Amino acid sequence: MSNDISLSKAPAGAAAAEPAGETLLEVSGLTKYFPVMGGFPFKRQVGSVQAVDGIDLAVRAGESFGLVGESGCGKSTTGRLITRLMEPTAGTISYRGQDISHADRKALAPIRSEIQMIFQDPYSSLNPRQTVGTIIGGPMEINGINPPGGREKRVRELLETVGLNPEHYNRFPHEFSGGQRQRIGVARALALEPKLIVADEPVSALDVSIQAQVVNLLQQVQRELGIAFLFIAHDLAIVRHFSQRVAVMYLGKIVEVGDRDSIYQRPRHPYTHALLSAVPEVELEGEERERERIRLAGDVPSPINPPSGCRFRTRCWKAQDKCAAEEPPLIHLGGPDEGHLTACHFPEEPTIAARGEDIVLDPALAAIEDVAERPE
Amino acid sequence: MTTLTKPVEDAAPAASGAFLSVRDLYVRFSTEDGIVKAVDGLSFDLERGKTLGIVGESGSGKSVTNLTVLGLHNPRTTEVAGEIVLDGQELTGASNRTLEKLRGDKMAMIFQDSLTALSPYYTVGRQIAEPYVKHRGVSKREGRARAIEMLEKVGIPQPKLRVDDYPHQFSGGMRQRAMIAMALVCNPDLLIADEPTTALDVTVQAQILDLLKDLQQEFGSAIILITHDLGVVSNIADDLLVMYAGKAVERGSVRQLINEPQHPYTWGLLGSMPRLMSDVTEQLTPIPGAPPSLLAPPPGCSFHTRCGFTDLVGGGRCSAERPVLPEGRGSACHLTDEQKRSVFIETIQPRLG
Amino acid sequence: MLRFLVRRTLGAVVILLFISAFTFFLFFAIPHDPALLSCGKNCTPDNLKIIHHNLGLDHPVPVQYYNFMVRIFTGYHYSAGNCPAPCFGYSFANSELVWPTLMDRLPTTLSLAAGGMAVFLLIGLATGMLAAWKRGTMVDKVFSSASLVLSSMQIYFIGPLALALLVYNNQILDQPKYVPITDNPVAWFNGLLLPWCVLSIIFTANYTRMARSTMIEQLQEEHVRTAVAKGMSGRYVFFRYAWRGSLIPIVTILGIDLGSLLGGAMITEWTFQLAGLGRLALDSVLHADLPMLMGVMLFSATMIVLFNIIVDAAYAFIDPRVRLS
Repeated sequence: MSNDISLSKAPAGAAAAEPAGETLLEVSGLTKYFPVMGGFPFKRQVGSVQAVDGIDLAVRAGESFGLVGESGCGKSTTGRLITRLMEPTAGTISYRGQDISHADRKALAPIRSEIQMIFQDPYSSLNPRQTVGTIIGGPMEINGINPPGGREKRVRELLETVGLNPEHYNRFPHEFSGGQRQRIGVARALALEPKLIVADEPVSALDVSIQAQVVNLLQQVQRELGIAFLFIAHDLAIVRHFSQRVAVMYLGKIVEVGDRDSIYQRPRHPYTHALLSAVPEVELEGEERERERIRLAGDVPSPINPPSGCRFRTRCWKAQDKCAAEEPPLIHLGGPDEGHLTACHFPEEPTIAARGEDIVLDPALAAIEDVAERPE
Repeated sequence: MTTLTKPVEDAAPAASGAFLSVRDLYVRFSTEDGIVKAVDGLSFDLERGKTLGIVGESGSGKSVTNLTVLGLHNPRTTEVAGEIVLDGQELTGASNRTLEKLRGDKMAMIFQDSLTALSPYYTVGRQIAEPYVKHRGVSKREGRARAIEMLEKVGIPQPKLRVDDYPHQFSGGMRQRAMIAMALVCNPDLLIADEPTTALDVTVQAQILDLLKDLQQEFGSAIILITHDLGVVSNIADDLLVMYAGKAVERGSVRQLINEPQHPYTWGLLGSMPRLMSDVTEQLTPIPGAPPSLLAPPPGCSFHTRCGFTDLVGGGRCSAERPVLPEGRGSACHLTDEQKRSVFIETIQPRLG
Repeated sequence: MLRFLVRRTLGAVVILLFISAFTFFLFFAIPHDPALLSCGKNCTPDNLKIIHHNLGLDHPVPVQYYNFMVRIFTGYHYSAGNCPAPCFGYSFANSELVWPTLMDRLPTTLSLAAGGMAVFLLIGLATGMLAAWKRGTMVDKVFSSASLVLSSMQIYFIGPLALALLVYNNQILDQPKYVPITDNPVAWFNGLLLPWCVLSIIFTANYTRMARSTMIEQLQEEHVRTAVAKGMSGRYVFFRYAWRGSLIPIVTILGIDLGSLLGGAMITEWTFQLAGLGRLALDSVLHADLPMLMGVMLFSATMIVLFNIIVDAAYAFIDPRVRLS
């Protein structure tokens, strides 16, 4: 496998079609509730999992938009809604001005080829009974695309694009390692020359050294083919590395969104502060600066009965009565980045430097550290 | 158990003062495809109350090593050779009875996935109390009281009520806390934590790591923390051991390993992961290729197939001769110390930004 | 738990209604007139008409079904006598009331099935667990291969063979017969010993293999490894952790197997000439005896459905995760 990936053989055109900066995908008020069944004596809907609850976001042509959050925040559901693998409960998804939120199969067909998805698990997302050629060529066949020189030639080109040997055309997925399989997944997504790729945790199932290979490949694809990415991940450092703009989600809501540097250097939402301070970081020599230390208590609450008002208030150190009564709007709170929006009534200072005193909400940690600090 | 021939070069006397000492450990599984050399001549020491981080990717042998320390490997399919000495007691040839007495009492383990690692059929309290009742010979009631005390210590709210809950009634973070309580219930001298936070969310991971660190102060246990994430160990461990393909390739203190890494694989690991502080315009520098099969590991240095610096050594030495990992600070690589230093400073460090 | 039972009972009623209707209408789909049997050799169309009327066969089939179902609960005064609820009518073949006949035959089948189940559970699970405990040893290999051979021993083959060898030729065992347990428990046991063994032989073999494989699977579970890592002894881990987890698949299969157990009991009754429900079912089919057939069908279906509710309720006792959802 060559590590020097050349994209020159991939047909250009996708890159030039869209002037950079134009909005490709616009989502507003996107909502997905999953019914919870129960009751007696006949089962009926007794509640709902509010997986995604009214989010707005826009992805511009050629940019990489990162969606970050912890389990149950709805980031993966959002990805599936946008690719229309799921039907939204409410809200609109428009792709290049066309509303596709409830479009049927027929109306979606031309758009399906422009929005592609890369999945997390490279083992279960490839059909083990199909050859690599069939897997990558499949989307072209379904969409009746006949590239010049034939589909097989195009598949071989794609294999080369993603750094695999074109001679592996007739091999089966099990003959490849995890990282190579994810490359096959990328080649499949590229087969239809998409304009937007939704990548749902594309590297989290891979070993560290392999992760970097795939991240670099995706980055190359994004830059050189001008494909926009919706990059969904829980790893804050990878999202930062890959995305120009980032949205932070918590319990089905976007709590903060903005340019990469603005979010990572000047976060305003307490949750973003907590999230950033929790990342275990390797600090190289000369970098050992003081980061703030925030340790929340407990886990993320259930999305079945999310807290009223601001959903983060149950774990927030700044919460007041207002937070329970009133849901904070996602607005610009000042600062140089106009697109930096925060949903918080009592935002934090825009810095990630250490505070005078650590915020430790975890009762066990607080108890032990209290004892340790008390003078003997 | 079969005795395997030990290579002479790795046989070094156990360092004095070590509380756990592993010497020339070999672990081999027989599978349908052949013999897997899961751990291939590993030696390390751990002092009382210290934390050793073992870093490696899947298949590096880091988990197998620690299952072997506790004797949790399958004796039917596994061959173990070498020495594991815990507080003066040899464990590799020890009887099951001896090991049973040590497990849960003197040495305990925390597993990665708390949902599958706790029994769904018994209450959390019972599972925490069990080793205490067994090893301390106390009544079930005293065991339960101890379980409540431990739950409180690890930060479970309302421990008197939650002690009777089943694991599935706990959230992921609470389950991992319960597992820590279970491991620490008998004040073990050695605690092995196998990817204890990998399955958890970032904010919960931070709570659990801090908790482990704080509890270590209180209980004084030595900890072996196994992880694939350098970030996780760099904040909690004293010393690090980097493993690749069943062998230890580099050893040193956390600061030494992060600031002056010597082994090309360690350089690769550092270059593979983006950090919150790294320069986003700088591309990641992945390690090319994939880890080797442990059925037929490459001859010489196992990393030579993926290493970009074999030319500096020259003479085909990397593919012919197995490099030795010296005692103490050092790396198993044929590059000279001077080469290691200059390559790191000139080529690797600038990319880490 | 109560909610669960109520919901399942409602479901069971629906299933039983469906089974009764299916059996009833299927019966009339067969081109065979049950009246011919009672009509004798000199059957005239007029005689046949009278018999049709007497048996209630002159009504349309849905009306007959409706009457039949209603009478189960209300009872009915036939010209031949009173039929109290639960009334399944009179047998077409021998004019006996169906329900008392069922109750007369029930103890035999119940003794046979329950005894057979006890045998295969005791022996099957014990050998299976032993094989898992001694996995890979000679004991395991002997048990595993023996169970493979025994699982192909059909009742109609091994039954007569055992009868010839153990009873007629060597007189080791008593001639199989049914003596009520209340009359003489020893005779009850001796009389049914051979039928139990024959009936349970395939089940024993299957449960040995199943117990072995589920135990081995459970022993590889992570929570079992955690128990070992806590210092729990091998025996404790085996019985408290692995065995507990094996119960769910075993109980599930047991619920499914009850139907085949009743089927097996039927063949066993026929093989050993025991007068149980199985023989009754067989005879009623051969004689186109609709009331008797419906009685046997509904009765055994009810037993199976009830047993399955018990099995599902047992899940809740075994697995706390089921208890709460």
